[in-house]
Amino acid sequence: MPRRDDIKRIMVIGSGPVVIGQAAEFDYSGVQACKVLLEEGYEVVLVNSNPATIMTDPEFATRTYVEPLLPAPVAAIIEKERPDALLPTLGGQTALNLAMDLSANGTLEKYGVELIGANREAIIRGEDREVFRQVMTEAGIRIPWSITVESVDQALKELDEGDASLPAIIRPAFTMGGQGGGVAETRDELVEVVAKGIAASPIGQVLVEESVIGWGEFELEVMRDRNDNVVIICSIENVDPMGVHTGDSITVAPAQSLTDPVYQSLRDMAIAVIREVGVETGGSNVQFAVNPADGEIVVIEMNPRVSRSSALASKATGFPIAKMAAKLAVGYALEEIPNDITRATPASFEPTIDYVVTKIPRFAFEKFPGADEKLSTYMQSVGEVMSIGRTFRESFAKALASRELDSRPEVPDSDQELLNAIATPTPGRIDLVLAAFERGLTVEQVHEKTFIDPWFLRELELLAAEGDGTGGLERIYNSVDTCAAEFEAATPYYYSSHEPEGSPSEIRRGDGKSVVILGAGPNRIGQGIEFDYCCVHAAMTARECGRDAVMINCNPETVSTDYDTSDRLYFEPLTLEHVLAVCEKEQPEGVIVMFGGQTPLKLAEGLKEAGIPLLGTPVEAIDAAEDRGKFGALIDRLGIKPPPYGTALSAAEAEEIASGIGYPLLVRPSFVLGGRAMEICYSADDLKGYLERHVKASPEHPLLLDRFLENAIEVDVDAICDGDEVFVAGIMQHVEEAGVHSGDSACVIPPMSIGQEMIDEIKEATAAIALELGVVGLINIQYAVAAGELYVIEANPRASRTVPFVSKAIGIPLAKVATRIMLGQKIADQDLPEFRGEHVSVKEAVLPFSRFQGADSVLGPEMKSTGEVIGIGPDFPTAFGKAQAAAGVALPESGTVFVSVTDTDKAAATQLAAQLHDLGFEILATRGTAQAISRMGTPVKAINKLAEGSPHVVDMIEQRHCDLVINTPTGSGARADGYEIRSAAIRHGIPSVTTLTGASAAVRAMAARANGYGEVKSLQELHAR
Amino acid sequence: MSEPTPGYVLLEDGSRFDGMLCGNTGGGTGEVVFNTSMTGYQEAVTDPSYAGQIITFTYTMIGNYGVSAAAMESDGPHARGVIMREGRNNADAASAEGGWLDWLQANGVWAITGVNTRALVRHIRDKGAMRGGIFPDSIPTGEALGMIENEPSMAGSDFASQVSPETPIEHAGQGPHVVALDTGIKASIVNQFLERDCRVTLLPCLTGASDVMAREPDLIFLANGPGDPAAVSAVTDTIRELIGEKPMVGICLGHQLLSRAVGLETFKLPFGHRGSNHPVKDLETGVIEITSQNHGFAVVGPDGAGTIETDEPVRWQTSHGEAVLSHINLYDRTVEGLRLPDAKAMTVQHHPEAGPGPRDARHLFDRFLDLAKEG
Repeated sequence: MPRRDDIKRIMVIGSGPVVIGQAAEFDYSGVQACKVLLEEGYEVVLVNSNPATIMTDPEFATRTYVEPLLPAPVAAIIEKERPDALLPTLGGQTALNLAMDLSANGTLEKYGVELIGANREAIIRGEDREVFRQVMTEAGIRIPWSITVESVDQALKELDEGDASLPAIIRPAFTMGGQGGGVAETRDELVEVVAKGIAASPIGQVLVEESVIGWGEFELEVMRDRNDNVVIICSIENVDPMGVHTGDSITVAPAQSLTDPVYQSLRDMAIAVIREVGVETGGSNVQFAVNPADGEIVVIEMNPRVSRSSALASKATGFPIAKMAAKLAVGYALEEIPNDITRATPASFEPTIDYVVTKIPRFAFEKFPGADEKLSTYMQSVGEVMSIGRTFRESFAKALASRELDSRPEVPDSDQELLNAIATPTPGRIDLVLAAFERGLTVEQVHEKTFIDPWFLRELELLAAEGDGTGGLERIYNSVDTCAAEFEAATPYYYSSHEPEGSPSEIRRGDGKSVVILGAGPNRIGQGIEFDYCCVHAAMTARECGRDAVMINCNPETVSTDYDTSDRLYFEPLTLEHVLAVCEKEQPEGVIVMFGGQTPLKLAEGLKEAGIPLLGTPVEAIDAAEDRGKFGALIDRLGIKPPPYGTALSAAEAEEIASGIGYPLLVRPSFVLGGRAMEICYSADDLKGYLERHVKASPEHPLLLDRFLENAIEVDVDAICDGDEVFVAGIMQHVEEAGVHSGDSACVIPPMSIGQEMIDEIKEATAAIALELGVVGLINIQYAVAAGELYVIEANPRASRTVPFVSKAIGIPLAKVATRIMLGQKIADQDLPEFRGEHVSVKEAVLPFSRFQGADSVLGPEMKSTGEVIGIGPDFPTAFGKAQAAAGVALPESGTVFVSVTDTDKAAATQLAAQLHDLGFEILATRGTAQAISRMGTPVKAINKLAEGSPHVVDMIEQRHCDLVINTPTGSGARADGYEIRSAAIRHGIPSVTTLTGASAAVRAMAARANGYGEVKSLQELHAR
Repeated sequence: MSEPTPGYVLLEDGSRFDGMLCGNTGGGTGEVVFNTSMTGYQEAVTDPSYAGQIITFTYTMIGNYGVSAAAMESDGPHARGVIMREGRNNADAASAEGGWLDWLQANGVWAITGVNTRALVRHIRDKGAMRGGIFPDSIPTGEALGMIENEPSMAGSDFASQVSPETPIEHAGQGPHVVALDTGIKASIVNQFLERDCRVTLLPCLTGASDVMAREPDLIFLANGPGDPAAVSAVTDTIRELIGEKPMVGICLGHQLLSRAVGLETFKLPFGHRGSNHPVKDLETGVIEITSQNHGFAVVGPDGAGTIETDEPVRWQTSHGEAVLSHINLYDRTVEGLRLPDAKAMTVQHHPEAGPGPRDARHLFDRFLDLAKEG
């Protein structure tokens, strides 16, 4: 009884913007699902607000909607498209929650939409902590006990009655990230910590939980089909024991330290869990803690959907969990589906592997100065690397190399300090552990501090002492085949390993020309899924152009590392050594380094030196664009100007240059640490103060001074050049103020307030720069338009972060076009219509501040966003409103709006205030603004500026007495206020706009929304030609 | 653990795979097979079914959690040697009573590490399981090849009688009396019966039919064991005499011997089934179980075919009534289990007792005992 014929049209929900804990892995799973459903002949209606996903490429669905993942817009899509079923298990927690909302509010019932993959009851059993506890207890499976306590006496009573035991973890209710909690090992500590926790909790309540800190942490990936057949796809063991979120833990597959009986017990329990929770078909992830002393097992949690771990498990074993989950959801049984890799055996089996897989998370604390780097039970990493090696050491060493770290943690001088340092889990702990072994500290000493299983520690000790064990061996390539070579593999998914001389490689390379595409490595802030998107497009296009597409990447979350994406996938670190080794086997026609962000670009020089042909823009052009002097000379030749700038080697020189450039000035050291020492100086006094407070300009530490263009409009341009002709694909106008990293700014296509003349000038400048640089492929140029003048800020002759957004906005896949150009085609050969769409597209950034305790929530020249969303509408306000909603800072429907604007904006602001008042909002304003508003007859309440003391505006935001912030800053004092206000707003998830364009868009969006959600249009409709 | 010395694995076709010896440094031969299980190395080596064989572990890190008495499937190792990519001697695990490499050496098991086991496995997969050996570099290849040629082929080899106990072994219990012809029974099988409160008697496999009956069995159990089922015709003859006397069940070699006793043929698989991930479909329930496997021979299906293309409980005639296909291997569609209603018998090719491997099929022991109750 295979494929269901009673359903024809299936809605798939994606996971929205990349945020910490929910990243590219859901694009990978969603793409697999969409492909499977289309292949099976279903119509797919896809919804996702993230433009940088492959799944939102129009060819992956029958109808693609880039709308906010919220009940109202999705209900509007359901009403329009009338899907028969909704598959909610492939878009992470976002999709699952949204499906639950649509079920709860009656939408699914109203339109007769069936939930497939997991039903409402199963989702509740898996997700609701109390229900889960009950279900597990009934099934005889132990989960850690936990008790809600409101007094110290009550806690002691529970302890005495045996309902609680020590050690226990105390978590105050409703505090951010467990602040005020702790661990109690003795009765006295219990009294102390519970008292502290109750005091810290706003509702005087703490959760006392069984402590399994230090226990081994394991995960099993489970699949079940409608015939109740259950298989385990992969076991994963965390190197970091319980206490660190599994997403932040170094993990390995398969489990290393478990005996067969204990592993089989986990397996039995995982199967029981998926059955009890009632996930009828698809994948789940079950997490266990195992007491190393006696093998006691508790279940920590389960996810009734595919997860980050299942993406890892898929890449680790070659078993495509999401693809199978989609097939199971539409009626197939595991035994009816062939194993994708062997093609000869069925999918109803358990993969076995003959290598070791290591995953190491990648963190971004350097972007958030002040943030506590301690790892805990909530996830803080922004990406991960995976590596495959035959032995643990080989695998681990490859993973360490894949991280591409900018710096290593400092190793304390004394042994005792080092041991103390490793007692706290941090991103750099593993490096310190290796340093400890290099220094001769023992496994026992390290174990005592870290609780890391001695098995791992002995391997790490060996790694520190003897290296990765590959000395004297030869590098060969093996396949990932799901079966440890028991059957022949049909899928070209390779990893390098070292074996005795003369060992065979398994690469099956025909005689075709190949193109090697270098991926972007681990996701990090500033280099995210956008670059993987471009790499995937490059692979697709290389294949279309008759080449073998060869992908090298080490990021398990991505579509690029799906073995279906390329003709040959090498899961390898993106280091020169590993890339050259692949090139030696592949002898490629060329390597594409332009699509994976900085990671492959850093290798360009080395590859060139090794005689490897690079496709597209030559290395020299990259250098010419990045070198301030060379680029300055180049644009000078073209008669294009940059904002006035200079470099000072002393304080005196700085003041001299400053007077030449004029104020306001953007001042920063040439070596910027997280943008901290960057400031805008409005006067010579400001600059003097800056030089005293911060950096002493010196020959070793030059100071960069740029004219800060006030009231400038920032513009981003993506274009393609073939050496003779330039296609300007997208001109994006930034909505937010200048000085914020372009990756963190909202932008709009087409530009809203730039005249045709200036647009023509931008196009001409773009063409001139691209041609002069000698670009063959993509180029991104940033401009500022101030007082009718065009200034070029910088040019990057490579794929930019905005390529996917522009592609979705205009309906032309830029990375594909660029790849064709790089492979020798001309722009004239391409079908590139001038963009004539009548819709407006807005991109908005999504920020992770709430994840980082103690970090300044301030935007600046350093990019801090993890992801982006798109909003498309018939006009700017609608598109802007959708983008805001999709980014999770929904514009309020009622409440209070704070308005504080610069003098030149006051007239416009009073009009906005009047409109807001008409929409039913209360208006709050700083004194000057309040006077202006009041004069126009709009009721307004005045409030203190920061400097005027409490209660001031930040207090209002902190107390959440404010639902929208409109704050256009100018002048140094106001700007400082602006940062404080914006920080507070971000911290509390309150939308804030810093330009009048943005403010007016927001107000109009709120007005538009009052008339209902409006029409939803698919990308296919928008770009129909 | 002694200092590692360079050594190599040599197969009878001359293929050589270098590594480092980490146990005895003499040299030994046997049939080289591979096991794809990622856990349970000690259970495998002490499983008597591996008598005469050298096990290549496809998983690379072997020895991680040491050795323990609880993991013994018999009194000692039966595999002659082990071939590993990265052998480990750790004894940190709470359950560990010693290091794996130390234990191998103390028990005289040849061991070699650092071998490109994947290349070796691919070779065996393509060319079939074959004789081979583990040798120190001090033995030249030519001499080693001679030693391998002196090793009898697995086809036709009787190892079962070598691993059978010399005298009966009795385990007390209140429930049905299970009398086993012990061709190398695994401790896990005995434990499954004991957990169900059976009384278990293990008899030397050459015990005659009347002596078996004299034990007053409620269920006659035909054990797993090593070697070619065709080479233990004496046991097959005994089984034939016992058919119909009492309900009878068999596992692995026992399944093959009972099949032979009713006139079915067995054949040597190209490289056998050894691992813990083989899907087996129970044709009586439709359920797919992930099973533990360890066999190099299989029972021929109806019409003399090695594989069966349908998922139906196919029936065909034997010398003792109908055979009904009860289980099929979904990897290569070979026979995984039979019911012989007229002979009051049922058998499975895989290892429902697990140890090592998944426990999905353990419920079969209940089915065995149900059969015993039917008398």
